[in-house]
Amino acid sequence: MTLTDASKAPPGRRGSGDGPPFLMALPALLLFALFALVPMAIVVYLSFTRWDGLGSPAWAGFDNWHEALTSDVTRHALWLTLKMMLISWAVQTPLALLLGVFVAGKQRYRALLAVFYFVPLLISTAAIAIIFKNLLDPNFGLGATLHLPLLDKDWLGDPQLAFYAVVFVIAWQFLPFHTLLYQAGARQIPASLYEAASIDGAGRIKQFWHITLPQLRYTIVTSSTLMTVGSLTYFDLVFVLTGGGPGYSTRILPLDMYITGFQSNQMGLASAISVVLVAAGLVLSLALVRFSGFSRMRSQQAGM
Amino acid sequence: MATRMSTRLLVTAGAAALALTVTACGSSGRTTGSGSGDGTLVWALTQGSEATFRASATEWNKAHADSKVDYQFFQNDPYKQKLRTAVGAGNGPVLFENWGGGALADYVKAGKVADLTPDLDKNPEWKNRIFPSVLKSATIDGKVYGVPVNGVQPVVLYFNKDLFQKAGAEPPKTWDDLLALVKKFKAQGIAPISMGGASKWPDLMWLEYLVDRVGGPDTFANIAAGKKGAWSDPAVLKSAQMIKQLVDAGGFARGFTSVSADAGQAEAQVYTGKAAMILQGSWGYGTIASGSPKFVSEGHLGWAGFPAVTGGKGDATNIVGNTANFFSVSAQASAKEKKTAVSYLKDGVYNDSYVDSLLKNGDVPPVKDLDAKLKTTKNADWTTYVYHLTRDAKSFQLSWDQALSPALGDALLTHLDQLFLGQISPQQFCAQMDQAAAK
Repeated sequence: MTLTDASKAPPGRRGSGDGPPFLMALPALLLFALFALVPMAIVVYLSFTRWDGLGSPAWAGFDNWHEALTSDVTRHALWLTLKMMLISWAVQTPLALLLGVFVAGKQRYRALLAVFYFVPLLISTAAIAIIFKNLLDPNFGLGATLHLPLLDKDWLGDPQLAFYAVVFVIAWQFLPFHTLLYQAGARQIPASLYEAASIDGAGRIKQFWHITLPQLRYTIVTSSTLMTVGSLTYFDLVFVLTGGGPGYSTRILPLDMYITGFQSNQMGLASAISVVLVAAGLVLSLALVRFSGFSRMRSQQAGM
Repeated sequence: MATRMSTRLLVTAGAAALALTVTACGSSGRTTGSGSGDGTLVWALTQGSEATFRASATEWNKAHADSKVDYQFFQNDPYKQKLRTAVGAGNGPVLFENWGGGALADYVKAGKVADLTPDLDKNPEWKNRIFPSVLKSATIDGKVYGVPVNGVQPVVLYFNKDLFQKAGAEPPKTWDDLLALVKKFKAQGIAPISMGGASKWPDLMWLEYLVDRVGGPDTFANIAAGKKGAWSDPAVLKSAQMIKQLVDAGGFARGFTSVSADAGQAEAQVYTGKAAMILQGSWGYGTIASGSPKFVSEGHLGWAGFPAVTGGKGDATNIVGNTANFFSVSAQASAKEKKTAVSYLKDGVYNDSYVDSLLKNGDVPPVKDLDAKLKTTKNADWTTYVYHLTRDAKSFQLSWDQALSPALGDALLTHLDQLFLGQISPQQFCAQMDQAAAK
C-alpha cells in the first residue's frame, strides 16, 4: 500500500531526488523477505501437500483446500472469527472512544483514573487468561465465592456464554490501548474550536457530536483497523482461557489452524487454513484503507 | 561515493546476516556430541521421573565408561513439538521418551524407530520382567518399538470417605449403584462427581471404561484397527447413552465443563467436601495428597475400581489409563549407539536401585514380583492397590487419545465434549466419529 500511496502523492510536492533513499528500506525489506515472505511461500507450498511433520511432504493437489473450504469445523471457525471481530469492534469502539475523551481532560482525578484504566495494558496475555479463568470458575470463582447470583454462572463451560465471556476478556485487555489512541487524538483537537462553539452557545453534548467526533474520525479509522485486523490473530488469550471449547464454541480460525497443525499434525491442512487467514487479513485491511478514506487523509486543521 | 560505500556495507551486512541464519540452521549436527557429555543422547521429560532418570544415568555412567548415556530434559508440551521436528529433520536423539500408541505409530510409519523385538526375544528375562499388558501399548503390527521406563497410571474412582459415611453409602459396585449414589448425594446438596471437563480428556475416561465394561476390549480393538463403522458398534452407542443418562441425572458437579483438569480444581472439590467422587488417573492421588496432605494421611481418601455394568461383556478387572511412558530407540542411530541404548534399557532401567527410586517417588513400575518392596514404601496401601490392579487386569487399555492417531484423537475429544454438553445425541456422536475415522 505504501508504494501506491507514494505514486499517488501530488507531483511537485516531492521531487524524485528528495526524501530518504530506497536503500534505507533495504535492511527491513531483507528481514521481511527472510522471515515473512519466504515462510509464506513455503506455507503456500505445504498447503498442497500431505505432511505430518515427520516424513517428507507428499503432493496432495487440492485435497487440503477442498477440505479446508468444505469442512464444517473450519467454516464454523471462520464464522466465529467474523462474529468475534464484529462484536469486539462494536463493544470496544464506543467504550474506548468515551473513555479516551474522558481521560483526555486535564483534571487531576481523571489522570488518576487513567492510571487504573491502563493497568490491563501492563499484564501479559497469558496472565490475563489465567486470572480470568480463575475468576470465572464456577466453583471457586468470583460469583461462587462472593455469592453474587448475577456473576454465578458457568461462564466458560456453557457453549452460549463462553463466546461472550471471551469477547469480554478481550475487550478488557484491549480497551486501554484504544483508549490511549483516543486520548491522544482528543488532546490534538485545538481548544479554540471548543471556545468558538461555546461562544456560539453549543453545550457539552453538542460539542462532542459536532467537534470531538468529526475531529477524531481518523483516530476511529486507525483504531478500527487495528481492532479488526488484530482480531484475526486472537490466539493466546482464547487458547489459555478455553482452548477452543466447550465443544467448538470458541474455536476461532487461528486456534483451528494451531490445533489442526500442532495437535492433529495435519500440517498441509493447517497451512491451507493459514493462507485463508492471511488472505482474509489482507483483504480486510485493504478494504478498510480504501473505504475509510485513509489514503486521502489530510490535515483537518487547514486554515486554523 | 558515500552512497556507494553504504550500498556495499548494507549488502555485506545483509549477506552476513543471511549466512549466519543459514549456518545456524545447519550446524546442529546429529545426536551424539551435542549436549554436555559424549554419551548416547537420551531425551526425557522433566516431570514425573526425572530424579530417577538422573540417578540412573549417574550410576550407569560410573560402571560403563565406554558406553555412557547423556540425558537431556524437556517440559512436556514443548517436548512433543521439539521431538517431532528434530526426528523429522533427522536430528533426533538415540533414545527418546514417548507415550506409545498412535503417536509412536506415526514415528514407526515414517521409519524413525528401531524394532526392539529381536533384542527382547534374545533376552527373555528382560522381556518377561515387564507386564505384557503394558508392553502392548508400544507394540505395533506385532513388533515392539518401546519399553516402559516409569510407573503405571491406571484410572481409578477416588471418593471422599467422610461424605460416603455421612450418607451411609458404599463405593459403587455396578453402574446402577452409581446412579443410585448420584440421587443420594444430590438430595444432600453434594455434587456426586467432579470432573475437569474443560480439559476434555477426563471425559474420555468415562467412555473408555464404559465401552470396555459393555462391549469388552474387542470393541476398541476394532476402532483402533480402523474397521468401517466401528464407532457405531452397539457397545459404543450404549456407552454414549449411559454417559448422557449420567449427565442428565446431574451426576457431574455444576459447571464441570469449565473446570480445567490441569490446575487440580476438580480434585479440590473432592477433598474440600464439595463433591463425593472423581474418576482420575493414578496421578490424582498425588494431586490430592499435595493439595491436602492431611486429607490423605488421616485416611479420608478412598479408592475403588470402575463399577461393572450388568450384562456387559467386559471383565470388571479390566483397566484403562496411561500404561506408562516408554523409551524408544532411533532407527537412525549407529550400531554402537544402538548397542549402548539396548544394554542400558536392559540393565540400567528397572534394576533394583531404579525401582526403589521410582517407588520412593510414588510411581509403581509394571514389573513382576514387587510385593515385598511395595510393603516398605510410604503409601504402601495405595501403591500395593495400584500394583495389584495393574497386575491382575485382564486388559490394560491405553488412553484412546494416545492410542489413536493425533488427528482422530482430537476429533474424538471435541465430539465427546459436545456429547457431555448435550450439543449432540449419542447417535450423532457415533455417526460423527465414524465420519472422522473414515477420513
